[in-house]
Amino acid sequence: MLRTALRNVLAHKARLLMTVLAVMLGVAFVAGTLVFTNTISDAYQKSSQKGFQGVDVAITPDKKDDDSANPGDAPRLSQQLLDQASKVPGADSAYGVVQGYSALADKKGDLIGGGFSNRGGNYYPGADGKDARYTMTEGRAPKATGEVALDSRTAERGHYKAGDSIRVSVNGPVRTEKVVGVFTTDDGNVAAGGTLALYDTATAQRLMGKPGQFDEIDVKAAAGTSQATLKSSIDKVLPEQAKADTAKKLAKDQAKAIEDGMSSLQTAMLVFAGIALFVGIFIIVNTFSMLVAQRTRELALMRAVGATRRQVTRSVLIEATVVGAIAAVVGLIAGVGIGAALRSVLNSTGAKVPDGPLVVAPTTVLVSVLVGVVVTVLSAWLPGRRAAKIPPVAAMNSVHSAPSTRGLVVRNTIGAILAAGGTALVVAGAGMGSDGQGPMSFGAVVLVIGVFVLTPLLSRPLIAAASPVLRIFGMPGKLARQNAVRNPRRTAATASALMVGLTLITGMTVIAGSMQKGIDKMAADGLKSDYVVSMGGTGGMPLSPEVSKTLAKLPDVTSISALRSSPARVAGDSDSLTGVDPKAIKDLVNVDFTEGSFAALGGTKALIDDKIADEHHWKVGSTIPVTYEDGRSGKLTVGGVFEGNQMIRGVMVDNATVTPHMATVADFQVMLKTKGGATENNKDLLKKTLGENPAIKIQNKQDTSDEIASAFTLMLNMLYGLLAMAVIVAVLGVINTLAMSVFERSKEIGMLRAIGLDRGGVKRMVRLESLVISLFGGVLGLGLGVFFGWAVGELIATELPSYELVLPWARMGLFLLMAAFVGAIAALWPARRASKLNMLAAIKAE
Amino acid sequence: MTTMPLGVKTTAHSTGAAARATDLSKVYGEGETQVIALDSVSVEFRQAEFTAIMGPSGSGKSTLMHCMAGLDTISNGSARIGDVELTTLKDKKLTQLRRDKIGFIFQAFNLLPTLNALENITLPMDIAGRKADQAWLDQVVATVGLAGRLKHRPNQLSGGQQQRVAVARALAGQPEIIFADEPTGNLDSRSGAEVLGFLRNSVRELGQTIVMVTHDPVAAAYSDRVVFLADGRIVDELRNPTADSVLDRMKRFDAKGRTS
Repeated sequence: MLRTALRNVLAHKARLLMTVLAVMLGVAFVAGTLVFTNTISDAYQKSSQKGFQGVDVAITPDKKDDDSANPGDAPRLSQQLLDQASKVPGADSAYGVVQGYSALADKKGDLIGGGFSNRGGNYYPGADGKDARYTMTEGRAPKATGEVALDSRTAERGHYKAGDSIRVSVNGPVRTEKVVGVFTTDDGNVAAGGTLALYDTATAQRLMGKPGQFDEIDVKAAAGTSQATLKSSIDKVLPEQAKADTAKKLAKDQAKAIEDGMSSLQTAMLVFAGIALFVGIFIIVNTFSMLVAQRTRELALMRAVGATRRQVTRSVLIEATVVGAIAAVVGLIAGVGIGAALRSVLNSTGAKVPDGPLVVAPTTVLVSVLVGVVVTVLSAWLPGRRAAKIPPVAAMNSVHSAPSTRGLVVRNTIGAILAAGGTALVVAGAGMGSDGQGPMSFGAVVLVIGVFVLTPLLSRPLIAAASPVLRIFGMPGKLARQNAVRNPRRTAATASALMVGLTLITGMTVIAGSMQKGIDKMAADGLKSDYVVSMGGTGGMPLSPEVSKTLAKLPDVTSISALRSSPARVAGDSDSLTGVDPKAIKDLVNVDFTEGSFAALGGTKALIDDKIADEHHWKVGSTIPVTYEDGRSGKLTVGGVFEGNQMIRGVMVDNATVTPHMATVADFQVMLKTKGGATENNKDLLKKTLGENPAIKIQNKQDTSDEIASAFTLMLNMLYGLLAMAVIVAVLGVINTLAMSVFERSKEIGMLRAIGLDRGGVKRMVRLESLVISLFGGVLGLGLGVFFGWAVGELIATELPSYELVLPWARMGLFLLMAAFVGAIAALWPARRASKLNMLAAIKAE
Repeated sequence: MTTMPLGVKTTAHSTGAAARATDLSKVYGEGETQVIALDSVSVEFRQAEFTAIMGPSGSGKSTLMHCMAGLDTISNGSARIGDVELTTLKDKKLTQLRRDKIGFIFQAFNLLPTLNALENITLPMDIAGRKADQAWLDQVVATVGLAGRLKHRPNQLSGGQQQRVAVARALAGQPEIIFADEPTGNLDSRSGAEVLGFLRNSVRELGQTIVMVTHDPVAAAYSDRVVFLADGRIVDELRNPTADSVLDRMKRFDAKGRTS
C-alpha cells in the first residue's frame, strides 16, 4: 500500500505542486513567526542581561497601593539614601539614576527618532570617573549645564559629533546645548531604536526631576558579597515608599516581560498563519478529490482484487502524509529564511534589534512539520473516505459516475440552516450591546461554515448573474460561465478560499473606517479650540507651564487653557482631577450639560461627567470628598454634570484649585483659540513663539484627524500585509482549480481548437472562468465582510457613541478589482497551457 | 441528378477539387527513430464526393486526414483546401480556415457536455460569431432526425444520437469539406448504418464533400470512392465500392504484403 501511495505521489508531481506550495506557505508562515519571535526575544534577553552588568541591587520608588498613602506617585529617592546605600555592609559603590523625556532636533530642526522613545538620563561618574553603563567613544562625558552626550546611533542619525550644538527640549522650552561626547550603551530603549541624551547629574535632576532626587539607585556589591546579602542590608535603610530588588530578579522580570510581549506578537502572527493554513485546506481537498476521481477505476480495481475500504482510505492518507511532510520540510526551511528576513526588515525601519544568532528551536521544527502533515492529512480525509466508497464494479465500468445531486440537496439544507442560524445569532448579538460579543462570535463562525456549505448552491445564480457581461466575449465567455459551474463543489471550494481572505479584509476595513470616522467626529465635535499644543513622542509627556504662559501673552491668542491631570481619590476611588482654566474652557471644548454649566466652575466647584454622577447619585450641589495628590483632603461641590466622552470625562476643576497639590506642575495639553481661527500664519506664529521646538506638537482639528487617520492607516496596512498570505494561498487555489479543469477538459479543448476556436479564444475561455470564480469568491467575501463589519460596529457603537457605519465603497471596489486581478494572474499559466495543448493528442486521448 | 441540391454553393462544381495533396510527406522524429508516416502522397478529393480512406493500422490514413484538415503540420509537399495552401498559414489563419471551411466528425463524438444538442450543432458558427442560416439548419436537423431532441444535453442522448449531433455540427456551417475520423467506431452497427446513411445523403442530396477514414469495409461501401493506403503510400483506388469488393481488395494487399 505504501509503495502504491508513493508511486502515486511521484506520478502526480505536477498536480500536487499547488497543494505542496499552499501547505508550504502556511508552514513557512508558522515557522517564520516562531523563528522571528524566538530570535528577537533571545536577542533582547541577552541585551537586557548585559544592561544589568555592574548592578547587583536596584532601589526604586514603590507606590504602596493602599488608601493610607498619597494618591500621587511615590516620592523619588534622595541623595541621602544614595549615600546610605553606598555605605551599607557589602556595598562597593552606588550610583543614582535620573531619567525622563528628552527630545533632540536634527540639524534641520526635526525630531530625531520620532515614534520611538526619546529619553534623557544622567552620567554618574564613579570612583574612577566613569559610568559603567556608558562607554564614551568620542569626546567626553557631560560635566556641566549646557553639555550633553548622545548615543552613537542618535549622533549618526542627526549627523552630530562632539563640538556641535544641538537643540533639546525636555518639557517645553527649547534649550541649546553643546554635544561634548558620543557613547555606546546596552540600554534597552536605545537598542530598540530610541534616542538617549545624557546630562551631568545635577542638570538631569533639574530638567527631569527635582534637584537632589533620583529615579533609581543602583548598588554594586563588594567582592564576596552575594546579591541577596546586599539586598537584605539595603532593605534596612529603605524608606517606606521604596523597594530593593536584586539584579538577578530584575533581569528575570525583564526577561519575562520581554517574553510576554513577544508571545502576544507571536500569537497575533500565528492567527494569521492559521488563516493562511485554513485557506490551504480548500486546495488540499480539491486536489485530493480530483486525484481520487481520476483514479476511480484504479481504486475500484484495487478493491476488486481484495483491498479493503480501510486500505483504500489509508493509501490516500499515506499519499497526503508524504505530500504534507515534503511541504512542511520545505516550508520550515523557507520559514527560517522568512524569520531572518523579518529581522532585517525590522532593522531597516529604524528599530534596531540587538544582534544575536538566529534561533531555530526544536519546538519550531516539531510544530512546523506537525502542522504541515496534520493539516494535509486531515484535509485529505474526506476525499479518502469518498475513495473507499467506490464500488469494485466501477473498475469494469468505463463511465465516470457523475457527482450525485442528491448529495447537494442534503448539503444545501444543512448549509441553509447553518447560515440562517448564524445570521440570526450575529444580528441578535449586535442588538445586545456589550454582552453580544459571545453570541456574535459563535454566530459568525456558524454563518461562515454555513456559507462554505452553501457555496456550491450559490455558485449557479451568482455566476449566472455575470452572463450578460460574459456574453460580450462570445462563445469563450459562454463556455467559461458553464465551465465555472460544472463542478460546483470544486468551484465553491476555490471561491471559498478567496472568500476567507476578502471577508476579513473587508470587515476590518469597514470597522476601521467607521471607527476612524467616529473618533474623528468625536474629536471635531468635542473641540472648539483652534489648536491643541502637546508634547510629541510616545505617551503623554508633561509640558512645562511655561508653554501656556508664553502663549497666553500673544495678542493673537484670544482664549487659552492649560489642561492638567492630577491623581487623586474621589470619594475613596482612585481617579484623577482634570484642571482647566474656568474662564477659557467654555470657548475651547464642547460638551452637553445635563445640569449646570461651565459658568459654575471655579474654586471648589467642580464639573463631573454623567457616569460618575450616576454612580454616586450626585447632582448639582452635592459634596465630593477628595484626597489630593499630596495627600491632603478636601471637599468639592458639584457645579454641573456633563455628558462625558472619550476626550473629556471625569472630574473637571479649576487649575488654581489643583495646582498647589501637584508634586510637579505640568500640563498634558494646552488648548487655545486664535484670532482668525486655524490658519497657517497662526500656526507659524505659535511655532515661532515656542522656539521651533521639535518636541512640541501644535495641531489644529485637521492635524488631529490626520493623526487619527494615519494611525488607522498604519494598522490597516499591517493587517493587509498579514492577510496577504491568505490571499496568495487562495491564488494558488485558483491556479490549481484551473490547471485541473484544463487537464480534465483537454479533450474538449482539443475539439474546440479543431472546429475553429483559436488559441486566443481558448486562453480567453480559461481566463474568464478564472475571473468568474475569483469574482464569485470576492463578492461573497465582500458581502460577508460588510455584514460582519456592521455587526461588530453595533457593539463598538455602545462604547463609542459617535460611531457610524461607513461603507468604504472605493476600497470595496478596489477589493473586487483585486479579486479580478487574482483571477487574471491565476489564469496566466493554465490558459497558456490550454492554448498550447496538442489538439490531436487531446482528441485521441481516451 | 437533375436538380441542384439545396445549400450547395453555386461555384462548386462536382468536377472541381475540394482538397488536394501533392507530394505530401509527414515524418515523425529524427535520425534512427525517424518514422515516415506519409511518403509523397498525392491525392485529390473532388467536390460533392464521398471518399473513404482505408488501410491497415499504421498505414498513415489518419495522418493523411489530419494533415489535409490542418490539424497537423506537414513535413514536405503541399496540402490545399480549395485554393488555400495550408503550409503557408499561421495558426490563427489555419484555425479560421478549419472553422469556416472544414467540418469535423470524430470517433468519440466530442460534444461539449455543458451545451445542449442545438448549441453543440451551432458551436462552430457561434465561435465565429456568425448567425446560422435558419432554413439550412432546419433542414440539417430534420435530415439527421434530431428535431425533438434539440434541447437535450449529450448525456441524455444515446451514442448514435450524439454522433448524429456531431454530423449535424459538421454540416451546419456548410463547410467546403467534412473530415470524418472513424465516425462509426464507437457505435453499434444499426446506429453506425444510420450515421453513414446521413453522410451519404448529405453528399447525394446536399452536395457536401466528405472524406472519411475507416477500417470497416461496410462503412467504406457507403462512399463513392475508396482510397487505399499502406506504409504511407496510396496503393490503390476503388470507385463505387461494395463491402465485398473492398474486402476483396484488402485481402489482396494482405496477401501481397505477406508474399513480398
